[in-house]
Amino acid sequence: MIAIKDLHKSYKMGSNVLHVLKGINFNVEEGEMVAIMGSSGSGKSTLLNIVGMLDLLDTGSYTLDGVPIVNLNETKAAKYRNKFLGFIFQSFNLINYKTALENVALPLYYQRVPKKERDEKALQYLTKVGLANWATHLPSELSGGQKQRVAIARALAAQPKVLLADEPTGALDSTTSYEVMQLLQEINDEGKTLLVVTHEEDIANMCKRIVQLKDGIIIEDKKVNQVRASEYV
Amino acid sequence: MFSSDNWQEIFQTIKKNKLRTFLSGFTITLGLLIFITLLGLGNGLKNSFNQFFMDDATNTMFIFPGRTSMPYKGYNVNRTIQFKNDDLTDIQKNFPFYLEYITPRIFRNGTVTFNNESNSYSYVGVSPAHQISEKTIMMKGRYLNDLDVKEKTKYAVIGRLVEKDLFKDRNALGEHVIINNTAYKVIGVFQDEGGDNEERRIYIPYTTLQLIEKNTDDINQIVLAYKPELGYAGAMIFEEKLTKFLKEKHEIAPDDQSGVFIRNIADNMNDNQQLSGVLTLIVTFVGIGTLIAGVIGISNIMVFVIKERTKEIGVRKALGATPFSIITMILQESIFITLIAGYVGLFLGIFVLKMIGDKLEDYFILNPYIDLGTAITATIILILFGALAGYVPAKRAAKIQPIVALRDE
Repeated sequence: MIAIKDLHKSYKMGSNVLHVLKGINFNVEEGEMVAIMGSSGSGKSTLLNIVGMLDLLDTGSYTLDGVPIVNLNETKAAKYRNKFLGFIFQSFNLINYKTALENVALPLYYQRVPKKERDEKALQYLTKVGLANWATHLPSELSGGQKQRVAIARALAAQPKVLLADEPTGALDSTTSYEVMQLLQEINDEGKTLLVVTHEEDIANMCKRIVQLKDGIIIEDKKVNQVRASEYV
Repeated sequence: MFSSDNWQEIFQTIKKNKLRTFLSGFTITLGLLIFITLLGLGNGLKNSFNQFFMDDATNTMFIFPGRTSMPYKGYNVNRTIQFKNDDLTDIQKNFPFYLEYITPRIFRNGTVTFNNESNSYSYVGVSPAHQISEKTIMMKGRYLNDLDVKEKTKYAVIGRLVEKDLFKDRNALGEHVIINNTAYKVIGVFQDEGGDNEERRIYIPYTTLQLIEKNTDDINQIVLAYKPELGYAGAMIFEEKLTKFLKEKHEIAPDDQSGVFIRNIADNMNDNQQLSGVLTLIVTFVGIGTLIAGVIGISNIMVFVIKERTKEIGVRKALGATPFSIITMILQESIFITLIAGYVGLFLGIFVLKMIGDKLEDYFILNPYIDLGTAITATIILILFGALAGYVPAKRAAKIQPIVALRDE
């Protein structure tokens, strides 16, 4: 599903050049649930952003679902993002003046799905994350866990190939974190590929594979026995 | 791009962000309201200015006799010059190319009586052309005609205020008034924009006046008009030739400045037009200033709006919005708001001018107006700049990588 070869990325910080990723080789198969771990500054978020086409790579190659991601201009990146990827952010990033339903329907709007169909689908995904009753509420009326579940429904709505989660539980207490992880595991059980960036050991252990990053290179890549979040809930 | 879906998205954004919508709309509305009101008031000022200074026909010359200040051809200094009827006919004969019409004026003051009412007025012996030179407007009846002059009829045309003073609410037409012991039949009532004094006048045929005053042919002043197509330069040449002709005829020394006087309205006209031009310039300057202030206002608000929406733009881009769709969204929204607000401002401005109407006449603002073309142009300029002011930051925002926009707190 994801194939990354010899990926380099550096940022210019004034006159200094910060070499963040120093040659990453990394493959993800369909249906995997991979945790990317590392301390802050290890390059894990940068890697996720490149996979998410939110950021551009310097050298190396990146293939997503057989499509080489090269010569990415903004319009093309927008189309790929819409078609292939669903994002889950630490700070949820819901649009505050839109209701839960409208937030979930937004990626479908950019797919030019007609309004009626859009709302039906959005409600379907809200039901899936257990928030059908909250469809008409604004984000400000929802709890953190509920917001993240709306965000997950939104990420799913466009039926992407891969879900990318950047510290999805970073802003949540542990009980709520486990609930969110349980939802992500269920989504993975249905065959969706997931990439989860985290620095929390217990969250990482709820994935099926852990990739450890340190100073811009992969130092460990191992399969683990998945801990079911439902055990904690 | 103009699908109903798109508009729904825009309406929602507008509805849910009332403060933002109000701010950008208000700037445009206020800008236009001020622009239209100021320009309208400026035009009103110009109107009353024109009314003050352009009451009489503008191609007119007044000729006054004076006293000589130099001895000439055996005549003494300080000789009084007297115009006579043959001056009229001589000018008509010698200057047919320049002359449009000519009329004498003989000013007299006297007691005018009707029944038991009497009052003192000035009455003027004139010929029919005087109506054109004074822009006298007939309210009822008729003005003097050539036959009246020829037959020396005892007819009088009285001013609106004379009728009001003497006749109260009655109709003066056909009644007889007594002016200095002679009865005249009122054949017309006039009004004049020159003010109350000019509406307290009585016009009678100059020949009648001469007949009553011991059958002389003396004339006070001569009023004449040159053909307007001569223009300013032509009028100057005419004035020069006329002066020379009259000085020769009355045997006044060629460089004697006080034998005859010619007052040429064209001279005043030139000054007046310059002053009027300055007024126009000031009005235009104020108008452009207001527009620029409006444009700056809307630009500021657009920059603020887009700054506020940076994060939202990042989210939308992460969800698959193309830069184009971001720019169109922001532009459509801003154009829609400015269009509505512009229309409201246009309407309000014109409404305010209508409300003012002639209420500010005491402050020299008469009939304030703005021509619709200018008002609409101003509206379009504001909308255009509102859009442009939105476009620049929108384009920049659409270019920001979503990750940067998302990080923006």
